[in-house]
Order: sequence, then C-alpha cells, then structure tokens
Amino acid sequence: MALFINVEVDAAVARDGELVKKLIEVCPVNIFATGSGGALQIVEPNLDECTLCELCLNAAPPGTVRVVKLYGDKEVLTRKA
Amino acid sequence: MRFYEYESKRLFGKYGIPLPTGSKVARTPAEAGAIATEIAGPVVLKSQVLTGGRMKAGGVLFAETAAEAARAAEKILALTINGHKPRGVLVEARAPIAQEYYLGVTWDGVNRLPVMIFSDMGGIDVEEVAEKHPEHIAKRNFSTLFPFSDFMAKELIASIGISGSDLNRLTQIAATLARVFRDHGLTLAEINPLVRLHDGRFLCLDGHVDMEDDARDTQKGLLRELGIDPAEKRQARPPSQFEIDGAAVDAVDHRGVAGNVVEFDGDLGLVIGAGGGSLTLFDAIRKHGGRPANYCEIGGNPSVTKACALTKLILAKRGVKKIAVMMNVVSNTRVDIVARGVIKGVVESGFDPAEKIAIFRIPGSWETEGFKILRHYGVEYCDRSVSMYEAAGRAVAKMK
Ligand code: SF4
Repeated sequence: MALFINVEVDAAVARDGELVKKLIEVCPVNIFATGSGGALQIVEPNLDECTLCELCLNAAPPGTVRVVKLYGDKEVLTRKA
Repeated sequence: MRFYEYESKRLFGKYGIPLPTGSKVARTPAEAGAIATEIAGPVVLKSQVLTGGRMKAGGVLFAETAAEAARAAEKILALTINGHKPRGVLVEARAPIAQEYYLGVTWDGVNRLPVMIFSDMGGIDVEEVAEKHPEHIAKRNFSTLFPFSDFMAKELIASIGISGSDLNRLTQIAATLARVFRDHGLTLAEINPLVRLHDGRFLCLDGHVDMEDDARDTQKGLLRELGIDPAEKRQARPPSQFEIDGAAVDAVDHRGVAGNVVEFDGDLGLVIGAGGGSLTLFDAIRKHGGRPANYCEIGGNPSVTKACALTKLILAKRGVKKIAVMMNVVSNTRVDIVARGVIKGVVESGFDPAEKIAIFRIPGSWETEGFKILRHYGVEYCDRSVSMYEAAGRAVAKMK
C-alpha cells in the first residue's frame, strides 16, 4: 500500500489507448501499465517511487492526471489549464 | 577484495613469478596426497584461509611422503582458524632457503601514488623492519600513468646493497610485481617471504593480493580465470548472513547504493552515507559512547524500495533498538526519497517512525519535501546547521 503518493487518472484518459501509451512511456518509475482490454492500470507497489517529476501531468490534458501527496498538507499536483 | 594465497600465487604464476614446485590447492586429503606424489619430495601444506596466524594455529604442516601429506591435509581441513574454515590446502615442495626478502606494492596514501617496498629482511612484519631496521628497507613511489621500468626496480633493490646476479633476478621479479599491481586494480601485491634458495634461484613462498572492490567489474575475466566469483565480497572474515542479506538488498536494482553493511554487535542501527561522511558519522557515534549495530553505506539516490529494504534489514537485526539516518550534505541523493524509504521500512516492520528513528539528518536536495514527510510522521530531524557530530550525539542521547 502506498504511504506517500497516490496517482489519480480520469476514466476517459485511462481508456484512451494513445494517452495510456504516452503515460507508460514518460513515467521514469513504471507507475503506469496496461491492464485488461488495454485500459490504464496503476502499478500500486511502484507508487511510492514517484519522483514528482510531473511528466505524467504534462502528457495528458489539463486536470486529468493528479499526483496526490499523502503526507503534509496533502498537496495535489495537477497540470493547470 | 582479498585473495587466498593459492589465488595470489596463480596470478603471480601467470606473470612468470617463480613459485615452489607443485603449488596446487587440494580440497580433500586424497587430492593432497596426489599432489605430494607428483612433487615426489618433502612438501609443505598450508591452510587456505583469509586470516593470519596460520602457523601458530597448526594450519601449516610438513610432510615427507604422500601418505603423510594426506594425513596432514585431513588435520588442516578440519581446523578453524580465527573463525575461518579453510577453502582448501595448498601443497607445495619444500625449498631449502638461504635468505628471506620482502617485496610489496601498495598504495601510499600520503603521496597518493603506488609505492614499491623492498627489504632484505623478509618473513616478518615489514612495519617492524621499518621501525627497527630502517637501513634494511627501500621504498619508491611510481606513477600510475607510465610503465614501471626494470631500471626503477634495479635502483630500488641496489639501494640496500644488493648486487650481481641476485640484483638481476630480483629486478625481474620486482618489475613484474609492479605490472601485476597496475594491470589488475590491486591495492596490495605482496610477496613475503620472497626467498633465495641455496642454488641462487628466487621463489615466492607466500603471496598476498588485495583487489580494489570497484575493480571487480573490469577484472571479471581475471577473476573467472582464477576461479573467483566476481560477485564474491571478501573481508578479513567470512561475511555474516546479515552482510550477505545487505548485499542482496543492494543488488535489487541499479539505482544508488543501499545495503553495503558491515555487522557489529551494538544497538543503534545506522543508515548513513556520503563517502567519508559515513566514516565520520560512525566514529562520531562511537565518540559519544554509542554502540553501532552496523556500518552502512547509502547514497547515490537509491530507490524507495531499496532504502526500505535496508531499513527493514537493520531493524530485524537482533539487539537493534533504534536507527539513526544521517549523511553529510548531499546533492546527488534526494532527501525526500530516502525519507520515504526509511519511514516505509519502519512502518512495514511494525514500528512507529517517531519512536524508532533516533535522528534524521540528511541535508541536501529536496530537503524541504523530505522535512514535510518527517514532520508528518513526527520524526526528529535537523538540517545542515546541526553538525554531523552533534547529530550523532543526539542519536546516542536517545538510546539512554
Ligand atoms: S510524477 Fe513522474 S514519477 Fe510520478 S507518476 Fe508522474 S511521471 Fe511517474
């Protein structure tokens, strides 16, 4: 279970084959993978490895991918419009 | 990485340094008997352990016949010396010695260059010779960039009054030893004693080789040729299970270092790093009266998984009450990532980070983020305004 980071992805993005491919490609610590039927899967054991690089935020439309810090003031990182 | 005597001799033999006849390692008494039969004369049998004091402990025996050699090997193979079980028994022909010499190449930490040391008083501690009989010892630094010439070896050996054919023969051996040292990333190549026989020949009677740990990769070919597993780490004693498990943690992935541990019997687990910083921190803990449970290296941006596994390993060690997480100022290791790994390790071990982490002092990149995490879990931390010495003192105070 992740203690420090959670990643949320909007359902539309998670179903978009091109975006899923892009997310898998950009994340340096393999937090994204392809699940059943080509949909996006979050690799839970890798969540705490997130480097907060924000590459995933920039790979998808604004606001559709959110990186949530589960500590401190529970800051949410997301791409602004 | 220390070599066994038989491995050192195999390396020297490859370069043509003269060895006693036979000079093979036996794993069983029968093998020892067979080697003695080949030699067909008196033999010496030596326990292959990575520790000194073999002679005193009964790990060196002599035999006249193959049957005697087999019996001697049986005794030696059953003997544990300073906690070391022998890898085998080296069987070689006994040689009639006229004189013993010392020849070694090592690193001179002051001049930051290799140094060759030669003495016509071999067989005993070279430090003792240097102290009591300085006129019997010669030293010479040499460059790592240019070849070590025969002339340099000759000059060194002649400087203590050796001449004639002895000088010529020793020159060859000394120049070759320097080549062995340079070619293979060694930190020590030593022949002690190097002996002159009554017929004027010279032999390497005992050899010591230490290889730089970081050279293991470039020297894989040589290590395989000598029958050494390049992954094997060797110290003056066999690694403990804790240390083997530490190496396994480090091998999990390529990111950073976490898990290079040496075991001690204290109660304060250390997650420390930053090159010389880890040595300083270890010493500081001792100076404050603390009892380290381990010496450790962490740095170079290990993954959270790696830092977590290391923390769990240290916490699982018997007698460990708390851990101290400390480094010098780091620019290449992310403080927040280490904080995550360590806290995760503590939590997954079933402890409260605020209680189990005596101090967290890693100032450097992403420290603000790291401090947020530490605050969230109630861990005592400090920044670079608190010296490493003071942080070590705070950790030790918490142990009381
Ligand atoms: S912020 Fe970087 S490391 Fe974290 S999930 Fe996004 S791409 Fe991966």
